[in-house]
Amino acid sequence: MDFRFADEQQMMADTVRGLLAETCRPADLRRLMGSGEARDAARWAALAALGLEGVLVPESAGGLGLSAADFVLVAEVCGWAALPEPLVENAGVALPLVAALARDRRSAAILDRALAGAVTIAVAHPANPFVADADTAGAVLCVRGGEVHLCDADAVSLVPQPSADPFRRLFTLADRPCPTTAIATVAEASAALDAALDYGALFAAAQLVGIAQRAVELAVAYAGERSQFGKPIGSYQAVKHLLATAQVKIEFARPVLYAAAAEAGHGDAFSRARISHAKLAATEAADLACRTAVQVHGAMGYSWEVDVHFFLKRALALASWWGDRRFHLDRVGRRVFDLPLGADRTFAREHDHA
Amino acid sequence: MNLTYSPAEIAFRAEVRGWMEANVPPARLPSFDASREGFEAHRAWERKLAEGRWGMVTWPETYGGRGLDLVRWLVFEEEYWRAGAPLRVNQNGIFLLGPTLMEFGTEEQKARFLPAMASGDEIWAQAWSEPQAGSDLAAVRSTARRDGDAYVLSGHKIWSSRAVFADWAFGLFRSEPGSERHRGLSLVFFPLDAPGVRVQPIAQIDGETGFAEIFLDEVRVPAFNRLGEEGQGWAISMATAGFERGLMLRSPARFQEAAKRLVALYRAHEADCPDGTRAAVMQAVMDADAYALSIYSTASRLMAGGTIGAEASTNKIFWSEMDIAMHRTALTILGARAELLAAAPAAGDAGRWLDGWFFSLAGPIYAGSNEIQKNIIAERMLGLPRG
Repeated sequence: MDFRFADEQQMMADTVRGLLAETCRPADLRRLMGSGEARDAARWAALAALGLEGVLVPESAGGLGLSAADFVLVAEVCGWAALPEPLVENAGVALPLVAALARDRRSAAILDRALAGAVTIAVAHPANPFVADADTAGAVLCVRGGEVHLCDADAVSLVPQPSADPFRRLFTLADRPCPTTAIATVAEASAALDAALDYGALFAAAQLVGIAQRAVELAVAYAGERSQFGKPIGSYQAVKHLLATAQVKIEFARPVLYAAAAEAGHGDAFSRARISHAKLAATEAADLACRTAVQVHGAMGYSWEVDVHFFLKRALALASWWGDRRFHLDRVGRRVFDLPLGADRTFAREHDHA
Repeated sequence: MNLTYSPAEIAFRAEVRGWMEANVPPARLPSFDASREGFEAHRAWERKLAEGRWGMVTWPETYGGRGLDLVRWLVFEEEYWRAGAPLRVNQNGIFLLGPTLMEFGTEEQKARFLPAMASGDEIWAQAWSEPQAGSDLAAVRSTARRDGDAYVLSGHKIWSSRAVFADWAFGLFRSEPGSERHRGLSLVFFPLDAPGVRVQPIAQIDGETGFAEIFLDEVRVPAFNRLGEEGQGWAISMATAGFERGLMLRSPARFQEAAKRLVALYRAHEADCPDGTRAAVMQAVMDADAYALSIYSTASRLMAGGTIGAEASTNKIFWSEMDIAMHRTALTILGARAELLAAAPAAGDAGRWLDGWFFSLAGPIYAGSNEIQKNIIAERMLGLPRG
């Protein structure tokens, strides 16, 4: 029993944090927003150079063959930075999903290009009503008429669904059948699609924890600078207690997230419920932290000029992405009401009770 | 990260389970705060634990422990609560003073006090607060006047848990005449039956006498009873190095077992519950698990040489709020039976949830109010300016 991350896991996240602290500052977000571009090409290239795209893809398919626990801290950092580029969705969900299904030469070639960072793959998963970043993707994975298709980007027609988050590019797919792009039947793909949903939810939770921590950091910095009644507002208990309350939420979402990552590979009712618990707890922490950050900034918090709204909007978007509250409560309910409970079951697995 | 138990940890769990199954009293003991009889029944249980060397498994063997690591402590606690074993009447001693003694005591002091603490022969009360010194603990006025190789204690302590029936108390005293605030304080032990000590029980919200006032009138104790250096009392009381305080005061297993009972209660009354009850029950299970995972995470860090700081404050806020929410949900499920005392013929298990709810209301107050904990989090964890 050891709850600590390995040094290499921590170092990988620190590397990404260092990169994003330099290239994904709020000023960089605003510059991208002003340019109308979907991505910062230099930042995306720098991330691709770290070789993260294939972190969860098996070595036999050209990836690093690592596990969710190796990527969860990176996803948390991406949330902390409100990263616009789809690193988490690609490395955490899309590429492992395509790797699990790619049997033919064409899809293997698409995967190779994605592993090299040359293209991204967007996933239109049945769990999500929209597909994100489809306009910049090289291929779109979608489910049509009982089959999973890996479509070329120019073979799908996209209907934009603008999001409040300026960096979320959402679409619905207009019904235009893709010729000869089926890579599996839904029945064959069901385990892989379920795993994709779990990883999607897990890494959304990780981003939400990162967002929550960043929102508290922004508010703490402001509360230390802004003075009223002759003192920094952060010296008043009313403000301290708001921020401490948000931090407590974060502190008790984080260990659930990390346990969920460590257990994600079990793929049983316990590990799925843990992922759902992590998603629910992280959503609550991010919601409270972002609203608290708005409140602590006062009228500035309601302005476009202050950066808090980038995090508030990402938190709102991820709250229901890869399963909303109802979906995840249902999964927790199956663990709570149908499986054994108790102090000795903290780390229970299904085969313990077979 | 490896979230599986080793074969040795699994074997240890089986050993604890076997002992608990053979030894935990089948019926609930009477409250240790309501009568001498209940108090002594709990002392007898502490002695039985000590005979099995289960009193404090993390303590060194020389002081009655087993020298085990924190993961095994967590496993022990899980089995302890799973078995429905009695509350620890000596928690002020074993969970609060014990670790501090281990850190700051002399070898002679450890040998004198720790084995008797682990065996239940000496049950401890705490004597921190005074009428004008609650959250503002540095306002204590009780004095320890040095007289040769003795201290003469005078003053008025209050809200002293277990003091009505306990054998010993530890408390903060002003040992430097005229000193102010956190300077000039010493931590001193005194027997509750010493000449000059008068203990006045205070009835709690539930009518029991879990705490008391202590009046000290020229109580003479040997200087040997001072923990640490003279004047070091504040630092010792606040010592973050005494990390067990943040960890051990409330072990997660207690809440996981309560959540399990809450699920069973909900099952029995599901058809009659108002909307939202199911979600509240699930939240109780999730929160108890989150607390357990957090403590496992802290335990791993401490075992690797880390320290515990302000997260002791986040723990305290989290478990105390969870405890209230859990009991509030139970009372909602019980509906009109919620107000019944355990003695009422129609009470069933209602009385126990009511007792627990009353006790849960004390959680955000004792061991440093949650408002004080939030100040600590804001200033020491987040770095906000002091007020």
